[in-house]
Amino acid sequence: MSGETLAVSNNGHEVSYLDYEGKHKGILGWLLSTDHKRIGILYLITIISFFAVGVTLGFLIRLELLTPEGTIVGPQVYNEFFTLHGIIMIFLVVVPVVPSVFGNFFLPILIGAKDVAFPRLNLLSWYLYIIGGAMLLLTIVLPGGAPDTGWTFYIPYSVRTGTNMIFTLTALFIVGFSSILTGVNFLSTIHRMRAPGMSWFKMPLFTWALYATSWIQVIVTPIVGITLLMVVIERVFHVGVFDPTLGGDPILFQHMFWMYSHPAVYIIIVPAMGVISEIIPVFSQRTIFGYKAIAYSSLGIALFGSLVWAHHMFATGISSTAEFVFSLLTFLVAIPSAIKVFNWTATLYKGSIKLDPPMLYALAFIFLFSIGGLTGIIQGALSVDIYLTDTYFIVGHIHYVVFGGTGFGLFAALHYWLPKMFGRMYNQKVAKSSFWAIFVGFNILYFPFFILGWMGMPRRSYHYLPQFQLYHVISTVGSWIMVTGILIMLINLLTSLLKGKKIEEQNIWGGETLEWKVSTPPTVENFEEIPNVVDGPYDYKQNEYAELEEEVK
Amino acid sequence: MSTQEQAVVHEHRDDIRSRMGMWLFLFSELLLFGGLFFMYSVYRYTHQQDFSIASKEMNTFLGTLNTVILLTSSLTMVLAIVAMQKGKRILSIFYQLVTIAFGLTFMVNKVIEWTHEFKEGNFPGSEVLSSRPPGQILYFGLYYSMVGLHGLHVLVGMTVIGFMTVYTIRNKITPENYVKLEAAGLYWHLVDIIWIFLFPLFYLIT
Repeated sequence: MSGETLAVSNNGHEVSYLDYEGKHKGILGWLLSTDHKRIGILYLITIISFFAVGVTLGFLIRLELLTPEGTIVGPQVYNEFFTLHGIIMIFLVVVPVVPSVFGNFFLPILIGAKDVAFPRLNLLSWYLYIIGGAMLLLTIVLPGGAPDTGWTFYIPYSVRTGTNMIFTLTALFIVGFSSILTGVNFLSTIHRMRAPGMSWFKMPLFTWALYATSWIQVIVTPIVGITLLMVVIERVFHVGVFDPTLGGDPILFQHMFWMYSHPAVYIIIVPAMGVISEIIPVFSQRTIFGYKAIAYSSLGIALFGSLVWAHHMFATGISSTAEFVFSLLTFLVAIPSAIKVFNWTATLYKGSIKLDPPMLYALAFIFLFSIGGLTGIIQGALSVDIYLTDTYFIVGHIHYVVFGGTGFGLFAALHYWLPKMFGRMYNQKVAKSSFWAIFVGFNILYFPFFILGWMGMPRRSYHYLPQFQLYHVISTVGSWIMVTGILIMLINLLTSLLKGKKIEEQNIWGGETLEWKVSTPPTVENFEEIPNVVDGPYDYKQNEYAELEEEVK
Repeated sequence: MSTQEQAVVHEHRDDIRSRMGMWLFLFSELLLFGGLFFMYSVYRYTHQQDFSIASKEMNTFLGTLNTVILLTSSLTMVLAIVAMQKGKRILSIFYQLVTIAFGLTFMVNKVIEWTHEFKEGNFPGSEVLSSRPPGQILYFGLYYSMVGLHGLHVLVGMTVIGFMTVYTIRNKITPENYVKLEAAGLYWHLVDIIWIFLFPLFYLIT
């Protein structure tokens, strides 16, 4: 995307956004900043903190399951553990992480803009997010205790439980509101603020992914918002809409919950897919294969993904026509995902592949996501799903897709973009070894889930039969390896921010998108002059020809 | 899609962008109520008779009056924007205040209506209502939830317009730059439109 620049008003401060001192100094300069880059960092810090809480809870769950009877906690605490683990990881980590951190930081830069459309709204979203997150964590210490219904809040648990349900659901409503505002902000930014020459099909694929995600956020989040709010109203005023004793229908709750929560799976995965679409061409130095197919498949996923929710409910006795339709649509949604996987692998073909840490995570993403996706197809088949409903198979599937997909996408993005964001490089050797620990640990931890599920081990179960113990022990050992890997990775990244080798060069990895054309770390205004975009985002051929020409000379 | 839009060089002002943001937000608000309308249709379908019996108890006169009030308030909101476009600031402030007053009247009517219902014991959790068939409990449950949430939106709308009046007085909204007022107007029309659907669903269909 090299090219001429338009001479336009130049009032950009040529200071790094990290050193800039505006109206407010010190910590207030961060907490009150409307700079999309600083807000991105605020999100990064808060989300990684919540991620640490979620990992700790997951670690404790695995430790508890080491023996068939109670190991470290009682059944009630165990219920609270897996519920909080689910709520924190889904609503506070994987749903917002890639759009809020990397979308905020890089979306304006990738399309050649100086900020998002509504900077103050952007800051408000962050405040709503931490208010919701703080409320959720408060439930642990408040009388009544943390929620114990599972992250799906099924009726009648969520109406009957004595735990702090109202607080939890209100917190999630607020977080959902923050998510909607971010979606509105990104959509307006992408529509109205692209640089001259940045036509729709010259946008980087990460931008396309954010575009599709933002639409899903705006469309489906209000549905879960109102559903959770109705559960609150049900608990406070006993209006009866979800309470079967007053005539309400618990299955209706499940429908409305999954109308959001299934598309939410795509809010979770599509931005990570966008990250992978950025990393693969850079580290194979090739134009991405099938740019338009990847862009359209993001929209396809957004569309089909909104129409498959009832495949979570095959065991609830919905009509066989509905089962048939939802099963068919579930198979169809696999097509756009598969298109992406094939395009990524085709991009690798004959590329000059560099196995730097971001690329390792990206390749692991393809591998793990494929396993997660294919096991999803197995559950989409009606007859098999009846057998697998509520077993560990489904827990294995969700972790392969959400952690193997978005988790690894997040780690890839961290290793790919953090040096750009802070101008310091991490230790690559440590990064690679932590990758292998995470990757190997991940598979030892989650693969036994498929076997356990096939054997009939029910999910969310505190006790289990002795014949399952072998696989549970293997899995728990895997969790130790993986958590060690995550710790090493985070410590490596954190020390790099403080002591890492300083980088001055703009283009660290040899990328062609706009973020590699601005200084490292970016200046306050991103661009001194708004660029005039001429080439597509993955035009590596130009470089190849230039090199060839030089060789010939 | 090959044509490119003219990018905005001067970042500070892009009214289309602001309006687009507002429309997207309103869209998600519609879907929020959409969830409730969805619930309503499901329960209306499963409990047709009970819904019919319960809806006959509604005060159709007050409901109609409130519809007229809210529709007129949408008109005054439009007049406030038109007045601003024509540079008549004082007139615009007047119409904004009239709009708020209409909103207030709407809320007062609601209070009268609800007080009456409460006196008869028709409120969620009460002994009177709990002893009625499930369909009628659901009807009143949905009525209070949906109309209540709508009332909350009326209050928010009134507050927003109140802020706009302050901005107009402080010259932050001017005949050259009135996109904020427009956005507030859009929000007010949304409140209006939702009521236009709530009114027949609860008061007219029996």
